[in-house]
Amino acid sequence: MYVYDEYDQQMVDARVADFRDQVRRRLDGSLAEDQFRPLRLMNGLYLQLHAYMLRVAVPYGTLSSAQMRMLGDIADKYDRGYGHFTTRQNIQYNWIKLEEAPDILADLASVGMHAIQTSGNCIRNTTSDQYAGAIADEIVDPRPYAELIRQWSTFHPEFSYLPRKFKMAVIASDTDRAAMRLHDIGIQLVRNAAGELGAAFYVGGGMGRTPMIAPCINAFVPIDQMITYSEACLRVYNRHGRRDNKYKARIKILVHELGKEEYTRQVEAEFAHLLTLNLEPPAAELERIKAQFADPAFVPGLPDTLDLSDPAFALWVKNNTHTHKQAGYVVVTISLKPTGGIPGDASADQIRLMADLAADYSFDELRVTHAQNIVLPHVRKDQLHALWQKLAAAGLGAANLDQIGDIIACPGLDYCSLANARSIPVAQKISERFAAKEEEIGELKLKISGCINACGHHHAGHIGILGVDRKGVENYQLLLGGCEGADTSLAQITGPGFDENGIVDAVERATDVYLANREGGERFLDTYRRLGMAPFKEAIYRKEPA
Amino acid sequence: MKILTGNDLKSGAVTWWDGQGWSLHVEDAVDVGEHGGDIAAREAAARRVVSPEIIDGTRDGDSVRPAHIKDRIRALGPTVRLDLSLKRADPAAGNWVI
Repeated sequence: MYVYDEYDQQMVDARVADFRDQVRRRLDGSLAEDQFRPLRLMNGLYLQLHAYMLRVAVPYGTLSSAQMRMLGDIADKYDRGYGHFTTRQNIQYNWIKLEEAPDILADLASVGMHAIQTSGNCIRNTTSDQYAGAIADEIVDPRPYAELIRQWSTFHPEFSYLPRKFKMAVIASDTDRAAMRLHDIGIQLVRNAAGELGAAFYVGGGMGRTPMIAPCINAFVPIDQMITYSEACLRVYNRHGRRDNKYKARIKILVHELGKEEYTRQVEAEFAHLLTLNLEPPAAELERIKAQFADPAFVPGLPDTLDLSDPAFALWVKNNTHTHKQAGYVVVTISLKPTGGIPGDASADQIRLMADLAADYSFDELRVTHAQNIVLPHVRKDQLHALWQKLAAAGLGAANLDQIGDIIACPGLDYCSLANARSIPVAQKISERFAAKEEEIGELKLKISGCINACGHHHAGHIGILGVDRKGVENYQLLLGGCEGADTSLAQITGPGFDENGIVDAVERATDVYLANREGGERFLDTYRRLGMAPFKEAIYRKEPA
Repeated sequence: MKILTGNDLKSGAVTWWDGQGWSLHVEDAVDVGEHGGDIAAREAAARRVVSPEIIDGTRDGDSVRPAHIKDRIRALGPTVRLDLSLKRADPAAGNWVI
C-alpha cells in the first residue's frame, strides 16, 4: 500500500503546524469564529450536537495496521474510547476538544494520515472498491489511480472553493461495490477492444435531497489522460455550477439542467484545450505509485479447502468471506453490526485488535467499507478459523454481511446537528427484530438516513428509511427498490411515514411480502422489481381489523 | 421560558446559561427573557461560548425541558450511549428525550 514520501509528509506536517497556529489564534481571540470556522472545517473539524467532531480521511479506505492502531489510540487518548466508521470509508470521533485537535492531527501525521479533504467545498477523499487488489473480477487494482487522484486533488488551487463538495469514486470491476454511479464523478477502469486500459466517466450522480444516477459521458478515456479529463469535468462545473443556491450547487444539478449532451460537449472542448497544456502527471509517477500496491508475498500452494464442520464458522464463512484471486486465501469482511449494536461504531480495543489481526493474518492491511464494515483483504484459508475465533471473542463475529442486520446508518439526531431524526435507535430495533430471520431473508441492504442529506444512503437501499421532523416529532418514511451496484436504481417512497416503532413493523410487512412471493433464488430486490410497489404498499398500509 | 445554550469554545461541551456563567446541566438553565441576545454576544466575544443560541423550553419544578427534541438530545447526550450521559444515574433518561 502507498507510503508517504518526503513531499507527502512535509505537506501534512506543514498542515499540522498551520492548524496549531490557527487554533492558538482562535483561543487567544485573534480569530473570531466566523474567521476560524472555514479553517477548522478544512481540517475535518466540525462542531456537532455534543462537541467538536473530527473526521479523519482514509484514502480509498485503505489502512495499515500501524494506522489502524493509531486510530484506536486516538479514540482512547482524545475521545471517549470509540470511533465511528462512515459511509465514505472514513472514521469520525465525536467528543473532540478544540485545544487538543492539533495534537491529534500530529499523531495522525506520524502514521501518514490527516483530516484533509473531509469537509468543505473541495474534492473530498476519493473512495474505491474495498476488495481492490484482492479479488479476481477486477481488471486492475484501482487504488493507484485513486491515489493519483488524491495527489492531484489535494490542495488543488483551482478546486479548493468549488460551488459545493465534490465526491469521486474509482472502481475496476463490473461489480460495483463503491456506489460509483452515485458520486459526482464515478470512474470505472475498463479495457477497450484492443486491450488498452482506460477510464469510463460517469458524471453527475449523487444522493441528498435530489438523488440522481450519473450518466456515462465518456465510455473510454485513455488511462494516461484520466487526470486531464477529470480536470475538464471539474472546470466546466466550476465555471457553471450554481453558487447562489446551495441546494442546486452540486454537479448533478448542472448536468441535469444543461443536459448530458451539452455538459459533455463542454467537457470535451475543455479537454481538447487541456491536452495542449500537458497537465497529466508523468507516467513515472503512476509507476512509482503502482509499485507500492504490488501484491504481498502470497504463499503459493496453500490448501484451498476449509473445515466447515463448525456450523457457526461455516455460516460466517458463507456470509462474510469472498473468493480471493490467490488460491489458498480469502477476503474477510468484519461486520461492525452486531445484533442491537450501533452501525459502524467500534471501541478503541476493537480497533486495536483489528489492527493486530491485520498484522498477524492479512499482510498488515485493512480496508474500511462504505457499508461501515472492515475488511481484511488477504487471509490464508488455513488460518481462517483461528482468526474467526478471535473476532468472535471480541464481539466482531457477526455473520450478517449484506443481510438485513448489516444496516448502513448515519449518526442521525443522536450526534449530528443537521439531522431531523435519530437513525441509530431504528437500526438497533430492526437489527433485534430480524436477528432470527436474517438468514431466511438473505441479501437485503437496508439503509437509514436521519435527514434529507442522505449520508445513510437511503436512496440506494433495497429498503431505505428517511427520518424527518414532523412538527417536532420524529417520523420515518419508508422507501423500496434502491440499489447501488451495477444495476443502480433509486428507491421509491411507499407513502405516509411512521413513528419509531411503526417503521419497524412496516419493514417486517415488506419482508413478509417478499418471503411469501419470492421465486427461486430471488433476493428481496429481485422480487420487488418483479412485483412492483403495489403488493408491498398494500401490505404495509393494510388496516388491521379492530 | 427562553434558554441560552451553546458550546464551550475549548472543549466543545454543550453548555447552558445559568444566570452567572455556563453550566453543563440543563437543569441549571435560567429564563433569559429578552436578554439572551446581549448575553450571547458578550459571552461569544469573551470566547466563553461558541455558536450560542436562544431556544424555547419549560421549567417543571427542578427540571428544565427544551422544547425541541434536538435540544433535549443535546442536554442528555446520545440516546444510544446513555453511559456517556450527564444523566447517567437515571435509567429512564432516554425516555425524557421523546
